[in-house]
Amino acid sequence: MSTAKAFAATRAEGRAALVGYLPAGFPTVEGSIEALKAMVDAGCDIIEVGLPYSDPVMDGPTIQAAAHQALEGGVHTTDVLRTVEAVAATGTPTVVMTYWNPIERYGVDRFAADLASAGGAGLITPDLTPDSGPEWIAAADARDLDKIFLIAPSSTDERLAMTTAACRGFVYATAVMGVTGARASTSELAGPLVARARRTLEEQGSDLAIGVGLGVSNGQQAAEVASYADAVIVGSAFVRTLLDAQGDRAVGLAALRALTEDLAGGVRRA
Amino acid sequence: MSGTTIEGSYGEFGGRFMPEALIAELDRLTAVWHEAMADADFIGEFDRMLREYAGVPSLLYDATRLSEVAGARILLKREDLNHTGAHKIRNVLGQALLAKRMGKTRMIAETGAGQHGVATATAAAYLGLDCVVYMGELDTKRQALNVARMRLLGAEVRAVASGSRTLKDAINEAIRDWVASVEHTAYCFGTAAGPHPFPAMVRDFCRGIGDEARAQCLERTGTLPDVVTACVGGGSNAIGLFTAFLDDADVRIVGFEAGGEGVDTPRHAATITAGEVGVLHGARTYVLQDADGQTIESHSISAGLDYPGVGPEHAHLAKTGRAEYRPITDTEAMDALALLARTEGIICAIESAHAVAGALKLAKEAPGSTILVNLSGRGDKDMETTTTWFGLGDPAETISSEAAR
Ligand SMILES: Cc1ncc(COP(=O)(O)O)c(C=O)c1O
Repeated sequence: MSTAKAFAATRAEGRAALVGYLPAGFPTVEGSIEALKAMVDAGCDIIEVGLPYSDPVMDGPTIQAAAHQALEGGVHTTDVLRTVEAVAATGTPTVVMTYWNPIERYGVDRFAADLASAGGAGLITPDLTPDSGPEWIAAADARDLDKIFLIAPSSTDERLAMTTAACRGFVYATAVMGVTGARASTSELAGPLVARARRTLEEQGSDLAIGVGLGVSNGQQAAEVASYADAVIVGSAFVRTLLDAQGDRAVGLAALRALTEDLAGGVRRA
Repeated sequence: MSGTTIEGSYGEFGGRFMPEALIAELDRLTAVWHEAMADADFIGEFDRMLREYAGVPSLLYDATRLSEVAGARILLKREDLNHTGAHKIRNVLGQALLAKRMGKTRMIAETGAGQHGVATATAAAYLGLDCVVYMGELDTKRQALNVARMRLLGAEVRAVASGSRTLKDAINEAIRDWVASVEHTAYCFGTAAGPHPFPAMVRDFCRGIGDEARAQCLERTGTLPDVVTACVGGGSNAIGLFTAFLDDADVRIVGFEAGGEGVDTPRHAATITAGEVGVLHGARTYVLQDADGQTIESHSISAGLDYPGVGPEHAHLAKTGRAEYRPITDTEAMDALALLARTEGIICAIESAHAVAGALKLAKEAPGSTILVNLSGRGDKDMETTTTWFGLGDPAETISSEAAR
């Protein structure tokens, strides 16, 4: 089930999609499934399940802490697939966000097959660019999985075109030059980057959606980003609600729902 | 990367598995480096700095008393005599000069033993660049002397408390810094690993070790050595030595990895011996990893070898059989360190002691041969570890190791 399904719906409603991220296994495997379902319930249009990795070079302290906790809890790649299966069963398109080594280790084709049979939509690959990922591209194409590659403010025009042409599902625009983490204000780099990507996609005859991530933490920021992007991607702020709840399940879920509703309101206000 | 479209692959190894945000900078760095290596002014300036500032070329030393004990002729390439006490100064002077050429004002680095951090802080002071060094919290404790040296040189040392709190986590943190600071900051990577162009660039800045040693050996002995050896952490000193000998088919090439408490235990850093192919810090190479592809924490008594990955060119040399890689345990390295100290009056770094220990084994296997060892660094920084290991702080203790007697 491609994320295209979600974008068809949000575009029909004339709004941006809300994409919510949590790492699998945080705080536990069952706990992350419950939390992700609550996010679906409260208004996320697309879910990103993070695959916790020992060396997350694109993540700031918040997501590092969650991934660390998940790994300490003994989460395995198979648990990530189980989480995807449970969330995708809600009918909400569900993608995996993962650093590359765990996928190679699992077997690229085997992972693609198991992800597809779990009902997963595809992969976001923060440290795999299309020019380094022919094996993944072939495996994804064989199973109609989304290939969501990142573009950055520093991407050259050539790389931007190469990347958008390789994407399926949506294009992930990183709003800042930096790692994940909630930020007080939205980035000035995001708007121009989305505009460049939009022009490039038009030249390629594509109407692929563009999502913006890194830094969004509240409805106000979501509304700002939703005014120019097709999707608002939120990670650290969701993780933060659970970290702050310090293991109190009810408090965490309530905060998660409240944040989702705030953000869902934001993407509808733009 | 399985294709051949990207420069920087070594057989199936190498490549560039990095966030898109850094790719443009890696491309720019690659272009500037190529341009600099073809520029006589740049090469001239690099050579001048090495000669006038770093004390290069280092000596090739005939270790006759050690040779007697070993039963083979052991030649030591004395990189321990370089300014800042290790081969690392070659790499950082090259990268700092490139940083200036690119108009950067700030240099960041990761460090394990602290040697690369000290070298980077030194080059930054020498060339007037701001400097921040990331160091695993555990290593800041193991190498307190080097932390003090870096700070005295004007660098800021940031202790990294995430993950295993060692070298790999310091690299993660430096990459995170770089993603946000790349416009004005150069990442002075400390070993011949990581994404392209680092493995090739670091090799080129370090290859003087082997070029000099090859010429020195020919001059001294009239012939090439039978074997060249070095310790292998990420692999900069080893590739710096090996490169000059790759085309000499009769010269055997052996790298020695940190076997820690033994490769049959979980506590070692013998990546090529016991790791499996994976992707770490931007390159496909051998990695110590679990069944899910999570990096396994490595262990070595020497902080500089305590890394769960290895440079991709070494992975390739191992795979093709041009070079061999073998583990040396903590105990073997420390015994060799003591033996070298007592026979030659040279206290080497614990990293380098792995190569010395390896040479002693090779000597047993091929008595009478000539073995060229890269003595990559001096041992001052390790005196706390050494003191504890041998009980040197206790006047009642004597060095009990077999080899040292
Ligand atoms: C003296 C010395 N030798 C060797 C190494 C290992 O690094 P490499 O394998 O890159 O030469 C270090 C690293 O800190 C070092 O300080």
